[in-house]
Amino acid sequence: MSDLPIIEQLEAKRAAARLGGGQARIDAQHAKGKLTARERLDVLLDEDSFEELDMYVEHNCIDFGMDQQHVPGDGVVTGSGTINGRLVFVFSQDFTVFGGSLSERHAQKICKIMDMAMKVGAPVIGLNDSGGARIQEGVASLGGYAEVFQRNVLASGVVPQISLVMGPCAGGAVYSPAMTDFIFMVKDSSYMFVTGPDVVKTVTNELVSQEELGGAVTHTTKSGVADVAFDNDIEALLAARDFVDFLPASNRESVPERPTADPFDREEPSLDTLIPASANQPYDMHEIIRKTLDEGDFFEVQPAHAGNILCGFGRIEGRTVGVVANQPTVLAGVLDINSSKKAARFVRFCDAFEIPILTFVDVPGFLPGVAQEHAGIIKHGAKLLFAYAEATVPKITIITRKAYGGAYDVMASKHLRGDLNYAWPTAEIAVMGAKGAVEIIFRSDNGDAAKVAERIAEYEARFANPFVAASKGFIDEVILPHATRRRVALGLRKLRNKQLENPWKKHDNIPL
Amino acid sequence: MTIKKLLIANRGEIACRVIRTARRMGMQTVAVYSEADARAPHVLMADEAVLLGPPPAAQSYLLAGAIIAACKATGADAVHPGYGFLSERESFARACADNGIIFVGPPPKAIAAMGDKIESKKLALAAGVNVVPGHVGEIDDTEHAVRIATEIGYPVMMKASAGGGGKGMRLAYSEAEVREGFPAVKREGLASFGDDRVFIEKFIEQPRHIEIQLLGDQHGTILYLGERECSIQRRHQKVVEEAPSPFVSPEMRKAMGEQAAALAQAVGYYSAGTVEFIVAGNDPTGQGFYFLEMNTRLQVEHPVTEMVTGLDLVEQMIRVANGEALSFDQDDVHLDGWSVETRVYAEDPYRGFLPSTGRLVRYTPPQTGELATDEAEGLDGTDLEDPDHGLTAGTVRLDDGVTEGSEVSMFYDPMIAKLVTHAATREAAIDLQIGALDRFEIEGLGHNIDFLSALMQHERFRSGAITTGFIAEEYPDGFTGAPAADGLLRQLAAIAAFASMAQADRARRIEGQLGRRLAPPTEWQVRIGSASRSVTIFGDDVTVDGVPLDMALDYTPGDRLIEADFNEGEALAVRIAPVRSGWRLTTRGASHEVRVLPAHVARHAGHMIERPAPDLSRFLMSPMPGKLVTLHVEAGEKVEAGQPLAVVEAMKMENILRAGRAGTVGRVNAQAGATLALDEVILELE
Repeated sequence: MSDLPIIEQLEAKRAAARLGGGQARIDAQHAKGKLTARERLDVLLDEDSFEELDMYVEHNCIDFGMDQQHVPGDGVVTGSGTINGRLVFVFSQDFTVFGGSLSERHAQKICKIMDMAMKVGAPVIGLNDSGGARIQEGVASLGGYAEVFQRNVLASGVVPQISLVMGPCAGGAVYSPAMTDFIFMVKDSSYMFVTGPDVVKTVTNELVSQEELGGAVTHTTKSGVADVAFDNDIEALLAARDFVDFLPASNRESVPERPTADPFDREEPSLDTLIPASANQPYDMHEIIRKTLDEGDFFEVQPAHAGNILCGFGRIEGRTVGVVANQPTVLAGVLDINSSKKAARFVRFCDAFEIPILTFVDVPGFLPGVAQEHAGIIKHGAKLLFAYAEATVPKITIITRKAYGGAYDVMASKHLRGDLNYAWPTAEIAVMGAKGAVEIIFRSDNGDAAKVAERIAEYEARFANPFVAASKGFIDEVILPHATRRRVALGLRKLRNKQLENPWKKHDNIPL
Repeated sequence: MTIKKLLIANRGEIACRVIRTARRMGMQTVAVYSEADARAPHVLMADEAVLLGPPPAAQSYLLAGAIIAACKATGADAVHPGYGFLSERESFARACADNGIIFVGPPPKAIAAMGDKIESKKLALAAGVNVVPGHVGEIDDTEHAVRIATEIGYPVMMKASAGGGGKGMRLAYSEAEVREGFPAVKREGLASFGDDRVFIEKFIEQPRHIEIQLLGDQHGTILYLGERECSIQRRHQKVVEEAPSPFVSPEMRKAMGEQAAALAQAVGYYSAGTVEFIVAGNDPTGQGFYFLEMNTRLQVEHPVTEMVTGLDLVEQMIRVANGEALSFDQDDVHLDGWSVETRVYAEDPYRGFLPSTGRLVRYTPPQTGELATDEAEGLDGTDLEDPDHGLTAGTVRLDDGVTEGSEVSMFYDPMIAKLVTHAATREAAIDLQIGALDRFEIEGLGHNIDFLSALMQHERFRSGAITTGFIAEEYPDGFTGAPAADGLLRQLAAIAAFASMAQADRARRIEGQLGRRLAPPTEWQVRIGSASRSVTIFGDDVTVDGVPLDMALDYTPGDRLIEADFNEGEALAVRIAPVRSGWRLTTRGASHEVRVLPAHVARHAGHMIERPAPDLSRFLMSPMPGKLVTLHVEAGEKVEAGQPLAVVEAMKMENILRAGRAGTVGRVNAQAGATLALDEVILELE
């Protein structure tokens, strides 16, 4: 067989495609600490599981001498493979071929695997490393972007979409990752911006580096555009493998289960002493999360952005849960614009993919301030409220300490169709802290320190406990902290067949 | 009169330890506590508990009146003071007596006599106890100094009377050096302290701290229960103690013991007490021991004496307080085997031993009790009755007063626990320490477990050639983890690869796979520090860089401790925690960040560029918008890594900001009261 000319030709074509933009460019890519498109897939996918499609696709541009330059594959490697045996579709832009620029055909290849992924119900993972549009192609390239955008939107909520930005991603190109569910970035070698430093300087006279304007650190701390920043390609790719393990293949599948030796009823007596005696003393919510989840394993998303709320995935009895928790160590766990946006998007992702939501509440309210009000905390805060209210997945809520004011309502309260709303004995469900309440209710006593203290004690005795809320049925049960894991595990078992549907609508109108 | 209800006027491990013995003896127990200790183990352990007051000791544990009142309120007929706090206050012992409460300790006048440094020295001299030879009176001139020095014997230390902190001190090994040094010390004393008086005493070379445990009853019997060596100290804080001392011969023990007992007799002592000696490590005659002071209480390190004598000192103290005569005499006191105690402190050896406070997020002490040979090596299921395993490797004892979730607060002593081992030989007791320390899990605050393990492995410590300067001499530049031999690193590489393989195997048991379940990778590249090793695992066959390694271990994802066995009998316990693409493995006195990649991924790892993390540690930045409440330092001040520099209040919560590294405070950009934005630079370190 092998000496058949056609087989030889095939082998030659494959070899040419594998070489991408040639050894010199591969070396240049390596010198920047970046892997090539195919090497990245090697790391991301199970060994030898990658099946490439469209290896021989070439661009169709004849302008500006492009008809003389053809590289099989046209700057993107596409296909499918497995991660721990589960099917995923992938595209990996090849910076060594025309700088990974997006041509009409390049876009077509991406669209093809996205269409397949949606048909069969499997995640799409995009590895972005592209100089931008193939300028020689002009509008054809722009059309290509839009085709990808359209599929990103249609796939949203149907299959998980994950972007790994591992090189440049500028201009219109940013909107494809922006519409995917999660973005991972690599420090120092990736950046995302709509307009680069040169244009910024011309237009606004601001001097800024690429890294500062749109690097991994900027987007995972300041802007919140990206979710997690990694030190290098390998770390990002291996983390993506772990991340995919949490996700169902599509909105038609339930969360994947994997075995664990961690007993569902593991008790954590130390949680009984986690809440400090003083209400003004913070504690780390991570401890509750880790001690509740299987094996202490918590994959946090946006860990460096809006740290006053924690979001991430974990497992209970081997099955994925999404965790949302106020974090008392950062801004006392207050809800502000950034934390509301961060958690709202996370809650909606979980709801779209039938991932139960576990919420830990210790929230003193919404953040006051002119900046917050003028930047629209009303609408942004409403996003989280909206997201929790519309979610139909199993929702278990545990109030550990403060649940004050409107923020109580927002944080997956009973009134927003919380399925199991538990409170620790230290919970305080009230309109506001005792001091503030007394200042309003007993305004005439203000100035009389003794009387105010007495009123505060009175108010605390009445509301600084979970029992008033429990007496109204807003709290289903007051649980002991050490039994939190068992309660959550049993709750999730019982809620596994939960059925709840929102009224038919074309789509809702979340306050964007 | 017999004690029926005992109040323990202390907290932490010693309170728990006293309660255990009291309970065994059939007594009711009463704990006292401060607001900070409301949920502390000693409070939960006791039959009753009485709140004394707010956290500071001066407002709680040091309130003698409140403790007497607590006795009366609960009907306690005796008080055990533990150590520290009120244990050596004559006034408290007297107040107990005045109120008809038995003080479980020595008589008040003995406390008083020994509490005064000069008085106790005089008493010691009178009782025939060796004291450091020296001259206390005025020294007229250099000639006089030379005469004194020659009488004492060289080397001598000349000290300015008012001196301190190393200033105004000169060492002289000869007459010439006295002639040269004496006037200089005089001048320095005058210049620095405005006082040119100088005193001369013998300089003890290679000083060792060795102390004698005494036990006496109210009928005139005083026995010595052997010695403890406590030379391993850091800034006068004891870190390791052992009994017996590798330096002390039976003759020396007898001489020291008899002198100590004579001193105790002289002051009418009873109960437990300790006479501390400084011992010249370069004097092989065994006569170079000199009285330092007498502690009229139970010592922190009393367990090592208990382990080698088989006595329960708290029980003996209670019996003596009851008026019982000691049921044994000096000839009945035998020292059996060797015992070593290490003190687990909440301090971070990696950051200049800075005290650390916080919550014990995880606290899992090692297994205690009598261990069979194989158990000591970490294998389960050994039958103690099995003739092949009839010999026990020794005993591990833990005295602690915390549990997981306890708070180590700034108000009290930073000691978390005392780990005590006992075995037939010194070497075996030290090895038991290493094994137990490897299995000691503490998370949530800085602790010195790695440092203790490093000490236990240190060749000089193991040789017994120790002095009170040991830590300063051996760790002049601080502690960076115990050195790991290549053999250990190979074993760690194999363990890391095994754990990664187990994790990969479990990951491949997820639902919804396309085809048949995949096998996990068998070839791994493991990087520890800058060295890479390739590990292959096929069933039970493990090779590291092609060389077979005999290894057996179990690991289930989520485990935090691995018990490995190498070469059928060589045990290694390793604490394991996941980090990105690898593990943090902690054992044998060091933590190792280990990166583990399957071979097909590792072949690309060479292209990754190691980027040094941007050094933000020189900036102290506000982690949140808030108000700067306190600034603890000013420009020009030297700070240690981890030292609290400022307090920022946000949402009515106070957050302590600490120095990321050691340095000198440079520019200060914000003052107390300032409003801070997120990441605003408060000050810079140089």
